[in-house]
Amino acid sequence: MHAGILSPAIEFRDVCFRAGETQVLSGFTLEVARGETLVLLGRSGSGKTTTLKLVNRLVTPSSGEIRVNGRRNDEVEVTTLRRGIGYVIQNAGLFPHFTVERNIGLVPKIEGWPPERIRTRTRELMQLVGLAPEMATRYPHQLSGGQQQRVGVARALAADPEILLMDEPFSALDPLTRDELQREFLLLQQRLHKTIVFVTHDLREGLRLGSRIALMEAGKLVTILTPDEFVKSRDPWAAAYVRAFGDGLESTTNRGVS
Amino acid sequence: MNVVRFLMGNRTQLLDLTLEHLWMVGLSTAFAMLIGIPLGIVIAHRPRFNKPVLASANIIQTIPSLALFGILLPVPWLGARSDRIAILALTLYALLPIIRNTYTGIREVDPAVVEAGRGMGLTEFQLLFQVELPLALGVILSGVRVAAVISVGVATIETEVGAGGLGEFIFRGISMVDNRVILAGAIPAAIMALLADVGVGWLEKRLSWR
Repeated sequence: MHAGILSPAIEFRDVCFRAGETQVLSGFTLEVARGETLVLLGRSGSGKTTTLKLVNRLVTPSSGEIRVNGRRNDEVEVTTLRRGIGYVIQNAGLFPHFTVERNIGLVPKIEGWPPERIRTRTRELMQLVGLAPEMATRYPHQLSGGQQQRVGVARALAADPEILLMDEPFSALDPLTRDELQREFLLLQQRLHKTIVFVTHDLREGLRLGSRIALMEAGKLVTILTPDEFVKSRDPWAAAYVRAFGDGLESTTNRGVS
Repeated sequence: MNVVRFLMGNRTQLLDLTLEHLWMVGLSTAFAMLIGIPLGIVIAHRPRFNKPVLASANIIQTIPSLALFGILLPVPWLGARSDRIAILALTLYALLPIIRNTYTGIREVDPAVVEAGRGMGLTEFQLLFQVELPLALGVILSGVRVAAVISVGVATIETEVGAGGLGEFIFRGISMVDNRVILAGAIPAAIMALLADVGVGWLEKRLSWR
């Protein structure tokens, strides 16, 4: 049976993950709807990154199942699965020996696109993420942190995946650059409607970018709330977060682009 | 000056010995790369094998070269021709720096970069050839450089098993108690070692991504 367009983009069904003695994730059940930005919020070690890596099988669950577009992700050939899911990490993880152009064009290239199409696509993506065309021949170490992260996003979008996994992509940036990239993220998402799972420990970022926020603590899903619900929530963990980040959070909740 | 006169007088022999020497060093370094680089790649990905492989290469390195020749001499096919023994012994000595540097070079590649590549859907094979090897190339070549320089030196001793090379002049000089003849072998060998160092060093600079 083939699950159609109506199935959630990503589903976790009672997923556990144990690494040696540590229970990293337990009883994790979650659905990510098509076109939404689901933020995974939690402190370091709460299992956010593991959750993300379970989707593209960088991590294999100890039990439970994960479905991507309705199909168990361990039934799909792993490289096919991953090429259909964009992956953006902190500090971009760009290939230092490749130019910007080659970094962005790598997946299309291994997918066997003709060179002309790769070039057109690369130019298009660079424009989309706000990189000047002359950046194409630069190497990652010649770029600022913000520019590197733009390349990281462009690279993830190269083969036009429906799903994007973003692991604290903006955490290492200075506040101004982060603000700029967050704004552009919203603009981009308005145009592209990707299904995005976004990991962060920054509540402000989560409220601003997410359509829903999944709060995690010690390998468990505490609650899932929209940004508006989150700031008013009586859930002790959510409330603790709101307190930690202080006043004025209501104004930052995601209402699209301001 | 005497050395120069001696060399000019024996220039055909000098040329022959130099070529023999180069042949032994070149071939053994090539063999060591053919064996050492794949081994280094394997142990970088399978940590289980890393201790036994590096330990074996280390042990080989500690066997005195004369003893190694002695051990290899009675081996049937090998012992029949002295240059076979010489090349095998040199290959064994060249293995350690090449295996170790391949291993280190690959292990030093930023894990975030490898994981980004894996997450993008590169196969392990593509990761190796597109990411890990290009990034480790500089370190691997510096291992090759060390191996080649060591080989030039060790190869002078191969004369003991009759393999020829510049050691011929050196050993003849020792038995004749004639420094001119010793230097006639030692100086070209030293120059060869320097050239190998500079040559592979140049490649290292040219080919590594930094």
